Amino acid sequence: MDTVLRISGLQKSFTLHQQGGVTIPVFNGLTASISSGEAVAVTGPSGRGKSSLLKLVYGTYRASHGAIEVRHEGSWKDIVSSAPHEVLEIRKKSIGYVTQFLRVIPRVPAEMIVAEPLLERGMDEDKALDRARGLLSRLGIQERLWHLSPMTFSGGEQQRVNIARGFAAQFPILLLDEPTASLDAQNRERVLDLIAEARKGGSAIVAVFHDAAERQRACSREISLT
Amino acid sequence: MSPLLSAQGIGKTYGTRTGCRDISFELHAGEVLAIVGESGSGKTTLLRCLSGHIEPTVGRVSYRMRDGRVLCLTDMSEAERRLLMRTDWGFVHQDAREGLRMGVSAGANVGERLMAVGARHYGNIRAAAEDWLARVEIPGERVDDSPWAYSGGMRQRLQIARNLVTEPRLVFMDEPTGGLDVSVQARLLDLIRGLVRRLNLAAIVVTHDLAVARLLSSRMMVMQQGQVIETGLTDQVLEDPQAPYTQLLVSSVLQV
Ligand SMILES: Nc1ncnc2c1ncn2[C@@H]1O[C@H](COP(=O)(O)OP(=O)(O)OP(=O)(O)O)[C@@H](O)[C@H]1O
Ligand SMILES: Nc1ncnc2c1ncn2[C@@H]1O[C@H](COP(=O)(O)OP(=O)(O)OP(=O)(O)O)[C@@H](O)[C@H]1O
Ligand SMILES: [Mg+2]
Ligand SMILES: [Mg+2]
Repeated sequence: MDTVLRISGLQKSFTLHQQGGVTIPVFNGLTASISSGEAVAVTGPSGRGKSSLLKLVYGTYRASHGAIEVRHEGSWKDIVSSAPHEVLEIRKKSIGYVTQFLRVIPRVPAEMIVAEPLLERGMDEDKALDRARGLLSRLGIQERLWHLSPMTFSGGEQQRVNIARGFAAQFPILLLDEPTASLDAQNRERVLDLIAEARKGGSAIVAVFHDAAERQRACSREISLT
Repeated sequence: MSPLLSAQGIGKTYGTRTGCRDISFELHAGEVLAIVGESGSGKTTLLRCLSGHIEPTVGRVSYRMRDGRVLCLTDMSEAERRLLMRTDWGFVHQDAREGLRMGVSAGANVGERLMAVGARHYGNIRAAAEDWLARVEIPGERVDDSPWAYSGGMRQRLQIARNLVTEPRLVFMDEPTGGLDVSVQARLLDLIRGLVRRLNLAAIVVTHDLAVARLLSSRMMVMQQGQVIETGLTDQVLEDPQAPYTQLLVSSVLQV
């Protein structure tokens, strides 16, 4: 399959100026590459940098050194050296990211939060909402909640809205940070099904799973941070 | 596509005092840029230089017009600059009284902007004004009221309607939610966020509130003592701040 993500010589450290300028090294020359259709699990002990790696790929964390190249509309783009508006463009079309917790926006209904990535790509609202509702219903979110802001939802409901949003657009690269963490058994199954479908559809998935059994079911390979 | 607005080496001094200095950046169509920083750091000064309200002491601001020409603000004639400010640009002041004509009705405040760009048909102007007031959630029966009779939140929404009726491509906002109650702020922010997205507006928003920046902007610029000390995507600046001052700013709030 085609390579869609290439990480080379990645270095990252945090300098905490508020705490005496102490430096926390996280990556010192990580190299990896990922192809469409595969799902790669990022593993390692707590605090080793699993979430940080996803944030670096998404461009939320700034690399100190190295390159993170993604396949975007037929050419390679380096997230590390791209201008802000280019990173936004790459995200819109090529990288989806399901964070560990939903960022709730006051007054925006669940179905809109899910439809947003589709609207940003220019899909018309009826079609986008249709797809959003389909996903919400698949993830067991009751219809009476769709037009409410997730502000008052339970943790598991919020997380499912977040997952629906991540899977709404079929992103070529999809980053998942502990997507099943706050879900019950039935909903975990549903998420694993969505991941399998996305892979069949050609997405490359980079995921962090807490649970070893789930990780093995969802992923074909590991990037082990030791 | 070339940027919509580009600032090169902007600086402004007031006598011996520095307002802002050495500021360069580009803004693309549809981007929302938040400018944050402590009181007196030069945010308003910069916004006023960018929007042609005051002339920078040094530096250039250029703007891509609708016809594709890229013009420097200071090279435009006064008439050209005025037309630009009335049509392609909007300016939302923190104090709505500065951005509204308090002596005429709410409807006239919106209609006036249309007349300034050549609209003449009374019925059409009235209809457009009513449509815009509805979009900013001002009920139809308040159209003929004076802005004096409006609450702070309503005045701010009226100011937004007045600015957006000419379908500008770029809107400048100086603390648009400053001085409003928290619940009123939330509603206003939601409205601004929706309009900016639906109309694909570019905006430059000055705020001292990081939550406002998180909600509205895709990019941020952090100012301290007249200078820009950090820039980046909003999530970058908030989640991986580099400069000591930005880290202090981000760690001083509970969660954004
Ligand atoms: N924004 C940040 N600023 C400063 N340090 C950070 C930041 N984000 C992460 N770190 C540090 O980087 C290291 C890696 O953190 P990260 O969250 O990536 O770990 P993780 O492997 O996802 O852990 P867990 O399994 O507990 O979620 C930690 O030491 C953490 O304290
Ligand atoms: N008209 C003026 N004459 C003299 N000095 C001025 C004038 N306007 C601003 N300044 C000074 O320029 C500096 C920047 O002021 P500015 O109003 O741009 O800050 P700001 O970041 O908008 O602050 P705030 O958050 O309090 O609104 C300050 O030191 C201020 O005292
Ligand atoms: Mg983590
Ligand atoms: Mg100010």
